Amino acid sequence: MTNFFKETDIDTSQAEAIVTETLKNCDDGELYLENHKSESIVLDDNKIKSSTYNSDQGYGFRAVTGEVVAYSHSNDISKQSLRKSSDNLKDTLKSKKGTYNHEIPKTNSKYYENINPIESKTFDSKIDLLKSVNNYLRSKGSIVNQVTANFLGEHKSIEIIRSDNQILKDDRPLVRFNVSVVLEKDGKKETGVYGVGGRQSYDDYLKDGSWKDVCDEAFRIANVNLESKPAPAGEMKVVLGPGWPAILIHEAIGHGLEGDFNRKKTSAFHSLMGQQVASEGVTIVDDGTLNQRRGSLTIDDEGTPTENTVLIENGILKNYMQDRLNARLMGTKSTGSGRRESYKHVVLPRMRNTMMLSGKYSQDEMISSVDKGIFAVSFGGGQVDITSGKFVFNCTEAYEINNGKIGSPIKGATLIGDGPSILKEVSLVGNDMKLDPGIGTCGKAGQGVPVGVAQPSILINKMTVGGTKL
Amino acid sequence: MIRDQEFLKDIASYCIENSKKLGATDVGVKVIHSVSENVSFRNKKLDESNRADSFAVNLTTYIEKKKSSINSSDLSKSNLEKLIERCIDATKITPSDENNSLPDKDLMSKEIRDLNLYDETHYPNDKKIEFLKKVEETASTDEKIVNTEAGFTENKNNFILANSNGFLGGYKTSNFSSSCVAVSRINGAMERDYEFGSTRFLEDMMEPEEIGKIAADKAIKKLGPKKIKSERIGVIFDKRISKGILSTLASAISASAIARGTSFLKDQINSEVFPNSINIIDNPKIEKGLGSQNFDSEGVETNSLKLVENGILKNYLIDTYYGKKLNLKSNGRSGGTTNLYFQNGTLSFKDLLNSEKKFLYITETIGHGGNIITGDYSVGASGFMVEDGELTYPVSEITIAGNFKEMFKNITLANDLEMKYSTNAPTLLINQMTVAGK
Repeated sequence: MTNFFKETDIDTSQAEAIVTETLKNCDDGELYLENHKSESIVLDDNKIKSSTYNSDQGYGFRAVTGEVVAYSHSNDISKQSLRKSSDNLKDTLKSKKGTYNHEIPKTNSKYYENINPIESKTFDSKIDLLKSVNNYLRSKGSIVNQVTANFLGEHKSIEIIRSDNQILKDDRPLVRFNVSVVLEKDGKKETGVYGVGGRQSYDDYLKDGSWKDVCDEAFRIANVNLESKPAPAGEMKVVLGPGWPAILIHEAIGHGLEGDFNRKKTSAFHSLMGQQVASEGVTIVDDGTLNQRRGSLTIDDEGTPTENTVLIENGILKNYMQDRLNARLMGTKSTGSGRRESYKHVVLPRMRNTMMLSGKYSQDEMISSVDKGIFAVSFGGGQVDITSGKFVFNCTEAYEINNGKIGSPIKGATLIGDGPSILKEVSLVGNDMKLDPGIGTCGKAGQGVPVGVAQPSILINKMTVGGTKL
Repeated sequence: MIRDQEFLKDIASYCIENSKKLGATDVGVKVIHSVSENVSFRNKKLDESNRADSFAVNLTTYIEKKKSSINSSDLSKSNLEKLIERCIDATKITPSDENNSLPDKDLMSKEIRDLNLYDETHYPNDKKIEFLKKVEETASTDEKIVNTEAGFTENKNNFILANSNGFLGGYKTSNFSSSCVAVSRINGAMERDYEFGSTRFLEDMMEPEEIGKIAADKAIKKLGPKKIKSERIGVIFDKRISKGILSTLASAISASAIARGTSFLKDQINSEVFPNSINIIDNPKIEKGLGSQNFDSEGVETNSLKLVENGILKNYLIDTYYGKKLNLKSNGRSGGTTNLYFQNGTLSFKDLLNSEKKFLYITETIGHGGNIITGDYSVGASGFMVEDGELTYPVSEITIAGNFKEMFKNITLANDLEMKYSTNAPTLLINQMTVAGK
């Protein structure tokens, strides 16, 4: 645990007094303290390209009344700085008549250990492993044109001081290990990228030579892409593989079910609660409670314990994801989805691990039912316009399907669809649900937070594939 | 209040001296202070007010050809002392790389020119609120507008960049920006659009009414879009997105992409990459420019560069490290482009729209479907059909796809260039791309 007031001119009880005084007559708010250590070590082009250590600490002071949020943050944890922030908040919220909501559920559950992954593996052994990755991939032949590999590790300690001396704390490890390889054959170059990670130490993901699996997978994807031909253009059937392709769920449905967009009525889903928004076999949850997963949290960034929130059950829209502010204004409870990138950012309702649960069909059944379409196995990123509901995601490994059989690989293409209607086009849900490897970061309002996704294979009746071949 | 140069210099010198004491042979450091105040409105009511006061130190230490870095937001000397030690420890055991070094002394910026990048005017939050009220008042005039959001941000920055070769420089910059997002609705279906302005000086900010009106007009025009059939067609890029073509070019000609062999423009220097009517310039010395700078992120002097001249690729964007790999001198582009723009075209916007019977006019793209290695491009898009020079109906849920190499060679520019962002392009036509729709 970090003692945020060590080496400052203020102690916890004095900070508590400022918080309580500032939040008088406010509906909600807190002082959020954060200490964040992170490292990045990158191997590129046969060299250790960079090694960087970041150390960041600061506070974000928030006062909420009605719909209005006043926020002030600084690196400087001191009496003077907190006083200044307090004055700033009080100045913004001139006429406040709120009643502070003290209720915040308690939890004894923990979904990850308090370890510091940066310190739990030596710098030397990280450098050695990066060199091994480079040698291993380059030993696969002169076809290997470029290798990049990197460690990203962090440890974040947070402390939330609420009005009247409620204090909530959490310590969060997070790691990611990525490999990217560029292959060149007959003048054609293609990339393959793969990574693993979560809220454990690096060695939990890399021990016993399992780092080689990461390399092999990146190499395999690049190799497939070397043989790719132009992707088709137009509407067709799409089979999505299990795991990471669930970023479709994240983009198409997830963002549209975040509480803020629905309270503001800017989401295409805001009037659809209780209605059929997906085919009957479709159930989608957002779960913050999976052990060691990238998107898991013991408590969210407002101190609320996370939970497994059912968003869509057998096709019916059941819940939105809520932080405290939007829950209060919509007359419901926080789902433990209040998150922020850091002390520099305000809380927003966000996803954690968003998952479509398994159905009963096999992937083979799906593929054999398709006359003409594509089979998409891996993706880069995605994006959504939550108001119009239109969303995209980019294939990084995909194949054509002809007469029920998988054919040639196709070049990376963007797929576009309409969020509120896409899940009604899901005709078969697979029995092979899989979690992603732990590499996702979601962006919203300029804030990036780690998230996870999961899904089984699914068959979508109709989606537009953005290739070049008509 | 923004901290002065002396305060930042003191920290920079402390970092350099202590790193050298602990065994660094070379040191580079940047110390930054920024203060930012933001007010946002939603549906004519105050929604959020946010004040940020941030410090940052970025330190890189070298021991001969070994290198390592630390970043921190805590400027206390006790914290810096610990971090410098950590940085030196990491440097000692990081493998060396013969290209690691500070920039050549003779390339360093010698004098700091006042480029008019700092406006000391403080725009109090009460004034920002008045401004935003006007923005939203105008934006919500039409009953089809069901939601408006508006924001105003004022930013003041000061920094010092220094290295152990004696370079030390820095200056204040300011930024004022205001935006409006409007949501329109008809028959239960909604569309969203926006407008924003960003300036160095408060006095140059767009009128609030103009921001609100443009956002609302654009959101209303998008209502009731159709999905079109897949076809090959000429695609016109609205000015808001045409600058993306220049950002792609910048990524593809960065010395890192060229040296690593991961650019579709590798080996294309002095070759024709665009039609011969095209000139592309990167000029860091524009007064009040949003991308203006005296020197790059390593302290190297930056001057105006013609990246593309009469369609021919003339320059890469070079920093010290990748410059050494390519046997080229840094041209002050560590950190990328500055004020990047196409020299204006000759056709008027109207003539461009009339140059064929039918076009697709794109106002927004979504997704990150550009591949710098292969040049393949595929993104989601929305916009309008253009028939006989007129925008006839809105279009959405389609993709546009092609390859940058081919797209670059088929560009025609309009003559409506405005310097509104740090990267600027006029409306442009790319003849024949694949549109995927129904």
